[in-house]
Amino acid sequence: METTAAAGAPVALNALWLIPALPLAGAAVNGLRALFVRWTPGSADHAHDHGASAGHGDQAHEHDHDHGPAGAWPAGWIATAFMLAAFGVAMWAFVTQLLPLHGAGLTTDPMPWIVAGNVEIHARLLLDPLSGLLALVVTGVGTLIHLYSVGYMAHDENRDRYFAYLNLFAAMMLILILGDSLPLLFVGWEGVGLCSYLLIGFWYTDEQKAIAGKKAFVVNRVGDLGFLLGMFLLFAAAPTQPSLTFSSLADVAHGHFSPILLTTACLLLFVGACGKSAQFPLYIWLPDAMAGPTPVSALIHAATMVTAGVYMIARLHFLFELAPIACAVIASVGAFTALFAATMGFVQNDVKKVLAYSTVSQLGFMVMAVGAAGTGYIAGVYHLTTHAFFKALLFLGSGSLIHAMHHALPADADPNDIRSMGGMRHKMPWTFRTFIVGWAAIAGFPFFSGFFSKDEVLASTLHSERLASTFTYLPQILFAAGVLAAACTAFYMTRLLILVFFGKPRMGAAAEPKVHESGWQMVVPMVVLAVLSALGGILWAPLFGWAPLEHFLAPVIMGQSGAFLAGVHSAPHFDWTPTILATAAFVAGTWLAHYLYIAHPEMPTRLAARRRGLYRMLWNKWFVDEAIEGIFVNPVRKISESVLWKGIDVGVIDGTVNGVGALAAKAGAAVGRLQTGLTQNYAVGITGGVAVLAVYVLARLYS
Amino acid sequence: MSAHLLSLILFLPLAGAIATWLTGLFGKSDKATRAVAFVSSMAVLAISIVLLVKYQIVPKTGRMQFLESATWIPSLGINYALGIDGISLFLVLLTTAITPIVIVSARVSKGLAGYLALLLALETGMLGAFLALDVVLFYVFWEAMLVPMYFLIGIWGGERRIYAAVKFFLYTAAGSLLMLVALLYVFMAFKTQTNVYSGAIFDLWSVSLTHTEQLWLFAAFALAFAIKVPMFPLHTWLPDAHVQAPTGGSVVLAAVMLKMGTYGFLRWALPMFPSAAMTLAPLFLSLSAIGIVYGALVAMVQPDMKKLIAYSSVSHLGFVMLGLFAFDSAAVTGSVMQMVNHGISTGALFLLVGVLYDRLHTREIARFGGLAKVMPMYAAIFLLVTLSSIGLPGTNGFVGEFLILIGTFRAAPLAAAVGGLGVVLGAVYMLWLYQRVLLGPITREENRHVTDVSRLEVAYLAPLLVAILFLGIYPKPVLERIEPAVQYTLDHVQQKSGKAPRFTLSERSDSSNFTLSERSESKGSPR
Amino acid sequence: MSPVGTQHYLVVAGLMFAFGALGVLWRRNALGVLLSVEVMLNAGNVALVAFARERGQVDGQALALFVMAVAAAEAAVGLALVVSVFRTRRTVNLDELGELRG
Repeated sequence: METTAAAGAPVALNALWLIPALPLAGAAVNGLRALFVRWTPGSADHAHDHGASAGHGDQAHEHDHDHGPAGAWPAGWIATAFMLAAFGVAMWAFVTQLLPLHGAGLTTDPMPWIVAGNVEIHARLLLDPLSGLLALVVTGVGTLIHLYSVGYMAHDENRDRYFAYLNLFAAMMLILILGDSLPLLFVGWEGVGLCSYLLIGFWYTDEQKAIAGKKAFVVNRVGDLGFLLGMFLLFAAAPTQPSLTFSSLADVAHGHFSPILLTTACLLLFVGACGKSAQFPLYIWLPDAMAGPTPVSALIHAATMVTAGVYMIARLHFLFELAPIACAVIASVGAFTALFAATMGFVQNDVKKVLAYSTVSQLGFMVMAVGAAGTGYIAGVYHLTTHAFFKALLFLGSGSLIHAMHHALPADADPNDIRSMGGMRHKMPWTFRTFIVGWAAIAGFPFFSGFFSKDEVLASTLHSERLASTFTYLPQILFAAGVLAAACTAFYMTRLLILVFFGKPRMGAAAEPKVHESGWQMVVPMVVLAVLSALGGILWAPLFGWAPLEHFLAPVIMGQSGAFLAGVHSAPHFDWTPTILATAAFVAGTWLAHYLYIAHPEMPTRLAARRRGLYRMLWNKWFVDEAIEGIFVNPVRKISESVLWKGIDVGVIDGTVNGVGALAAKAGAAVGRLQTGLTQNYAVGITGGVAVLAVYVLARLYS
Repeated sequence: MSAHLLSLILFLPLAGAIATWLTGLFGKSDKATRAVAFVSSMAVLAISIVLLVKYQIVPKTGRMQFLESATWIPSLGINYALGIDGISLFLVLLTTAITPIVIVSARVSKGLAGYLALLLALETGMLGAFLALDVVLFYVFWEAMLVPMYFLIGIWGGERRIYAAVKFFLYTAAGSLLMLVALLYVFMAFKTQTNVYSGAIFDLWSVSLTHTEQLWLFAAFALAFAIKVPMFPLHTWLPDAHVQAPTGGSVVLAAVMLKMGTYGFLRWALPMFPSAAMTLAPLFLSLSAIGIVYGALVAMVQPDMKKLIAYSSVSHLGFVMLGLFAFDSAAVTGSVMQMVNHGISTGALFLLVGVLYDRLHTREIARFGGLAKVMPMYAAIFLLVTLSSIGLPGTNGFVGEFLILIGTFRAAPLAAAVGGLGVVLGAVYMLWLYQRVLLGPITREENRHVTDVSRLEVAYLAPLLVAILFLGIYPKPVLERIEPAVQYTLDHVQQKSGKAPRFTLSERSDSSNFTLSERSESKGSPR
Repeated sequence: MSPVGTQHYLVVAGLMFAFGALGVLWRRNALGVLLSVEVMLNAGNVALVAFARERGQVDGQALALFVMAVAAAEAAVGLALVVSVFRTRRTVNLDELGELRG
């Protein structure tokens, strides 16, 4: 991976800092304004003000309060403007500065950040094909979702806070992508975790939502611990590279690290990726994260933050490539997650939860691809990109549905429930049209973007030389799992499509007339994403011998020497197997959904009744949450309280301390009993003492 | 003037204390008393800022700056010797910056003059311990700190204040007495070896002792310092002291006094007994790692907010101790910075608890809930401080924690890994606290009418918040001043213990700053 | 039977001293203690006189006279104290006079 231009001199482009700085400025503007407008300075002396502005009640959603704190301040437009500007800079840098370099990268001047001892970490951004592509995705999709949010959050009195957080998230994500060293990546990594926490728990007056946000942060932190330990391991093993930049690590990777160390470090880093990219078992935060506003789910939990793990592995490919065992583990976990999560989408009735499990499953695909190594890295990034398009689209569509249902249904009904939807294709035509494009992409309808990217994922897995080197049949096993998961994907997405958009409306006669299409701020982004989802395949379509993405990213993956690309699937002819099987999976899944939900709609309930146990397992998400709570969370809490605190701290340690004090007091009292106050007792003592002394002296004299 | 800067910083608070007390006796109002105290503390702060400005980043001549020396007990070679280096510089600044904040925020129902006077007297004691370069002088100030703190807890404290104050005093003094014995032993050893009495720090650093002697002496010093840190399992005085102390007392206790222990290790115990320290390092690394996890787990289940923060201090200072015993330049620099960071963030946390206590007169977490709705500015400030406490990148806490863990990992991977758990657990208990206090619906009627923070409260919290962000994004000025002092200490430790240096700084791009050719360990006054 | 020698007097003096000492240590009545003290002092006198007789010197006898004088003075002071205590405490039982207990 080059950081210099073709001429050999470093090309410094400090303007790159604008890309994360612009959203950060937007966050500051909206955030500070939101904070100060809500602050009514109180006083400790007059602790209570009776009847003042203390709260507008604790509804989970505050609607129709246009005179609330957010007021007429155009928070959304400001935020969208900053995002658009960042996108503009990214596009400009990409087209005018990066493309001419043909695979080399641009960096900014390094700014010293943490320098002490052997540690020398600088803040420096890197724009190369990989980060450039993702920067465009983040800023582009981000701008669209900001625009969508303007419509979606129009009646929320806290929308200024929302846009501040959303901009902050974008800034952090961009730092993650553009950082040129592991520590700087980690800054963005934790930063997006923070914003995820803030946005999931955005409606914090609802305790469950606040808890969901905390769960996300803590589970991510568990992953972060693995990330940190992996980073430390690399640092300890490479004392000549005090800065942990990607280029410096790449320089020493070959031959410097022992295989065991490398595998351990890679697995630890992968733990971090599991947390961020919601792989088993650290995926449990993602479904709960649906508590946040839907655009948040679209941006953070579909298109960007969750892909950070995949990005990190692709970025560090030069390490992972040298650790085949790690690759095998990664790919296996990815494949397992893909299949496992897909099954949970079968019976969910909350539209966002279906999409959430779908995201976990698709992330599994991406992880499987980068685990496969070789072209898998490119395939993973490809699927990441197309997934960003179609999953964001699907979430925005679901947001449109929820928005409509929310206005139509009474306040205590659940607007996310697909059982009260139905027949939406007539009521919300644009939502339907864009949603079906998204459906086509994710299910693998031929020639949509998802079709090609899923193909590449499966193909790179099947032909993975790295995986085959650990266990000969591993590629085939994982490939089979992937195909099966693809079939499941097609099934549950078609089920969702049918139940929501087809059939008769089930929302009740009272609500039905109130359901209407969403405003242009929400529809336009969906249309744009639909176009991208449909046409995204032009990035890489080997079926037609067309592979610009592969050529674009190859310099990043292959490195300076061009030596690492083991298991390149640049077979002389195109392999039809994955394509055929994937298409077959699509057909099978779609047909099954059609069978169960259109042709024989009574079947699902009968099946559920016949297979009670299996249904219960699926409905309860295989009891993973309960297991983790029972094995880790509750025991730790109970042990901390009864054993550590009351047992050891209060009982043993403080007991000893107080015991010493009590002992001193008792000893004093005991000795004090000698002081009877009766002179005769003292006389006895004196006499006795004299007698002893006399005996002693006499004995000495006469011995 | 520059020659006596340190003495000025040292005794001005004491003068201020007397002035405050007198104003309280003869003055008309609490306002006047507070004004006198505030002005004195601000004067001290101003002088310490002058000190910061004039401080040379990498001293070219000798290691200590702004030296002062006056004979005190000539026949025993004990001098009034003060000096400052990168390690003590920021601790002094922390002390002088926290004191005005505590003075401004003090709310006591009676005896304000006495309260403020004791705070200022305490400041003198703490500054003396940081600045002293003579071991007897250090001991005097070390013990002197206990008296004002005892009164602060015992008079203005909560329901069990006497128990807490006595526990604090006796526990700390017991350790200190052992330290006195050890100190005298070293003192006499120096006399035996050089036929000269001297209490000067660099002289005592150079006393040669057998390994067994070192072990015993180090144990004695370590006991005294470990109690102060507080290290597991000698920490139980802290929760009681914090809970019963008034807000200002807690802030000072957490922000500065706890650093005495870690400072003592770095300045005195490690350099005087290096081979003992290295031999016992596994023990201390283990205890630190255990302390990190234990403190976090016990903090998680506390029903009282102040106790929770007290146990979190045990956890955080476990990180500092972890870094110290890694004997790695990055780790130790991180430890020193984390000492300052902890002072800022935990000081802020206690101030925030005080804000709630002033309004609702309780510290029980169960009595709060949903307060963010009515106190949005407070919630925002609390969030920022929480993020600093859990070490989010971008805040100061991350810089310290990162350096400590990465440096320790090289020396003791297992300890660093266990300590890393503190990263996860910290998020657990702090975010859970945040959720129970501020998020969710408002469940109690009295919470519905609480007012947000006042302008004054924001004003005294603001410097801490600025520091959190500034040090997180641009820690360079602090790190580059701490590092040479740390490097000098570690070099001495390596030399004296005869162990080969583990890592050199040759890979650093600015390694030319570390030409350690001038080494001046002479007899007599420190250089 | 051997003539009565010095040792007989010393035995008597010893016995008197022992009984007196036991009385001092054991008796509960303050007056009884004082009487026992007198006995001890007289035991000392007997011993002194016996030794004076044996040596043929007058010193012992003179000392015995001193002792008697001192004993008288001490008895006077002691009785005065007992009377004073009785006036305030209405008892001369030493077991009940333990205010200095700690």
